[in-house]
Amino acid sequence: MPEDITLSVFRGDKGGGDEVEYKVPMQTGMVVLDALHFIQAHDAPDLAVRWNCKAAHCGSCSAEINGSLKLLCKTRVDDYVGEVIHVRPMHTFPVIKDLVTDVSWNYDMLRQVPAFQPAIKAPFTLQQRDVDRIQEFRNCIECFLCQNVCHVLRDHSAQDRYWGPRLMIRFAELEMHPLDTGDRMELLKGAAGIGMCNITKCCTVVCPQGINITDNGIIPLKERVADVYWDPLGGLVRKMHK
Amino acid sequence: MREEIAYHEYDVLVIGAGGAGLRAAIESAENGLKTAVLGKSLLGKAHTVMAEGGVAAALGNLDPQDGWETHFYDTMRSGHFINDYRMAEVHAKESPDRVLELEYWGAVFDRTPDGKIMQRPFGAHTFRRLAHVGDRTGKELIRTLEQKILTVKVDIFQEITATKLFKDQDRIAGCIAYYREDGRLAVFTAKAVVIATGGWGKAYKVTSNSWESTGDGAALAFRAGAELADMEMVQFHPTGMTWPPGVRGILVTEGVRGEGGLLFNSEGERFMEKYDPVRKELSSRDVVARSIYKEVRAGRGTPHGGAWLDITHKGAAFVKRKLPGMYEQFMALADVDITKTRFEVAPTIHYTMGGLRVDAYTASTNVPGLFAAGECAAGLHGANRLGGNSLSDILVFGRRAGAGATEYAKNSAMPKIDNAEVQAEVERVLAPLSRSEGENPYRLHEDLQEIMAAHVGIERNGPELEKGLARLQELRERTANMRAPGSRQFNPGWHSVFDVQNMCLLGEAIVRGAIERKESRGAQWRTDFPDELEEQGKVNYVQQVTDKGIVVRPEPVPPMPAELAELFTRGVAPGLANAARKE
Ligand SMILES: Cc1cc2nc3c(=O)[nH]c(=O)nc-3n(C[C@H](O)[C@H](O)[C@H](O)COP(=O)(O)OP(=O)(O)OC[C@H]3O[C@@H](n4cnc5c(N)ncnc54)[C@H](O)[C@@H]3O)c2cc1C
Ligand code: SF4
Ligand code: SF4
Ligand code: FES
Repeated sequence: MPEDITLSVFRGDKGGGDEVEYKVPMQTGMVVLDALHFIQAHDAPDLAVRWNCKAAHCGSCSAEINGSLKLLCKTRVDDYVGEVIHVRPMHTFPVIKDLVTDVSWNYDMLRQVPAFQPAIKAPFTLQQRDVDRIQEFRNCIECFLCQNVCHVLRDHSAQDRYWGPRLMIRFAELEMHPLDTGDRMELLKGAAGIGMCNITKCCTVVCPQGINITDNGIIPLKERVADVYWDPLGGLVRKMHK
Repeated sequence: MREEIAYHEYDVLVIGAGGAGLRAAIESAENGLKTAVLGKSLLGKAHTVMAEGGVAAALGNLDPQDGWETHFYDTMRSGHFINDYRMAEVHAKESPDRVLELEYWGAVFDRTPDGKIMQRPFGAHTFRRLAHVGDRTGKELIRTLEQKILTVKVDIFQEITATKLFKDQDRIAGCIAYYREDGRLAVFTAKAVVIATGGWGKAYKVTSNSWESTGDGAALAFRAGAELADMEMVQFHPTGMTWPPGVRGILVTEGVRGEGGLLFNSEGERFMEKYDPVRKELSSRDVVARSIYKEVRAGRGTPHGGAWLDITHKGAAFVKRKLPGMYEQFMALADVDITKTRFEVAPTIHYTMGGLRVDAYTASTNVPGLFAAGECAAGLHGANRLGGNSLSDILVFGRRAGAGATEYAKNSAMPKIDNAEVQAEVERVLAPLSRSEGENPYRLHEDLQEIMAAHVGIERNGPELEKGLARLQELRERTANMRAPGSRQFNPGWHSVFDVQNMCLLGEAIVRGAIERKESRGAQWRTDFPDELEEQGKVNYVQQVTDKGIVVRPEPVPPMPAELAELFTRGVAPGLANAARKE
């Protein structure tokens, strides 16, 4: 006989809500998303949860599992033997229903980042070692877990002053592209608010893609901003070399 | 209470926000047309995001002998010559430009030692041809299109599902859709509509597909009078995960074999040497999938009914660099370190070659103003799709559909949608929420999947297909009476009602196509007609909804002109023949 596991899942909407307990039969290798699907099929057909790939590729299924920020499709149920599994929506974004939150703000900010502006027409000649770093950033699945954990957004609700780590690595990916001619420094320092990040590295810790958001992305960007704004000569040199 | 409906008007309406839909919308918007794109998921999360191995384009970066002729040749051969050769030609010629366009828009592909776009070998491609980013090429593709579309003037509607297309006389007039978030309804009137809603792999249980792949657009268009072709052609990818149960069907990229992975049966025999001594593991997908199936049937399967795939001989560093996603996937989901041990794989439903019948150049369907591109369209892949040819397909024909729709919209007036039809659809869409009794959509979906697996799986025969058809017709009746308790707010039970209805219709079309095609060809394997027959190779089976129900008819496969047919007479691929000639 397979054992039952107990999930306690947030049910509610912007008006409020509460956790509801469900029993699900344990299966080898089951992930939390499987358990939620079982609940949908048997107990609560209207339980709202986003998912798409079930393979950690699409970044749809972000949630908070026993207080940790995770992808539902990548979190094994057997990591929680003997415990009740509490599943809640991301805290930083407004709840739509159950585990589904309104993440549209992230897309609004992404729209404001000036696009890639290549110096020449494709095909490009680029060495692998020169693109390793930007490929790391482009491995982002836009799960927004980093946005969810960042205390600037989560605890201080400073969305109007800081665009968050996901946006920082979008900047980084463009700024570090060897063929990009765009200049986003003013935006980065101003509206995007890179100065608000105080390098706590929480974003890097939760990133399911293992992107080194702070060390490889934010810190070098901060240095560039510092170069440009605190050392006008250095800024000039950098521009000429780009 | 009268329903509040939002009304929108567009020149071009694109239904589907995967690679094909985004590329189509970019095309029409850049041509100055008022464009909207609808998707069931959030932007950038469509099924396309899952593609792993690469995008096929004869760039010739590693093998300079490659060129469009060889890509065309490989595509036609793998499709067993029931492809539309015009689509295969356009596709082979235009893929390189579409890939380079992505690079120009910001995609960062893996590089060759001399700094060009890297290309990897893949099953049944004569040359190293797949541009890629590790094993996450689909994400790079859709992210690039997402980033591009955010800079052009397109209205993007996220998490919205179209349930019906409307016509004005004969021509297309638009659609109605509900917002998943809160169940609000919206009517879109448009001069031209592009269907780019992807495939219907979810009609099967063991599949690599995401939940989105329920064939909505193909089903909606079919009901609106559009023709479907080659519906019997459903691709089994040879390598899906088998264990644990929750991951059964999840894809193991062909890249594993492309990078040197070998297949063994339970007796340690490298069985592909027996089924395709030349191409072995890199034979076409239909052949490899069938070979694994046959080994299992002969009692030489692995513990969970598959074959062993082994890439350990390549070394841990190589595997982690070339196949990081696969390494991660097996570690996280199956506790298997693929750099140290072999692992089990078995065939999984992966791709639908059939779909809406379109014009090769404009992507128009037989319904005026209605276009289709990507996995929902038929023609390019024939009886079997080559790996990597879908990502190139969605770029090439996404763009052509956008251009075709643009031309059409420029030369036509805004159509009118009949209000009575809208009201009838509103009632139909809302009915499951208020039924006090009715079928559970999750249960019906399971029933459908069971029927598909039992009667129209990898191995088919006449009597089973007939049984399947009867069962599907019964099921279709039950789907008219589904119930979805709860509110309109993000209610997955309610959403599945429409998914299930669409899949049932297309499931029936799969069976009908399979019944008509009395032979074995590519993905269609009939044990009662085990051979590929010349006569059958001259037709595509086309289906249409008429007053008498679904009608299936054979249509001649367009014959190739002499200069293209000649490419197949040399005994080897064009690139190899040219090389031989030069020597
Ligand atoms: C795991 C995996 C790996 C793959 N790897 C490769 C590979 O390496 N190379 C390759 O060439 N191919 C690969 N493929 C195949 C390829 O990814 C797909 O065939 C291709 O991405 C399909 O793109 P599309 O634009 O046609 O449709 P999709 O990406 O499926 O997009 C469909 C869109 O339509 C929307 N939609 C659907 N119904 C509705 C509706 N009713 N209303 C509104 N919107 C709707 C969806 O939300 C979605 O936005 C792979 C497939 C899988 C599953
Ligand atoms: S390092 Fe910066 S961006 Fe990351 S969580 Fe901390 S404050 Fe936020
Ligand atoms: S950087 Fe990592 S955590 Fe942040 S959105 Fe991307 S994948 Fe998610
Ligand atoms: S479902 Fe795609 S990341 Fe979890």
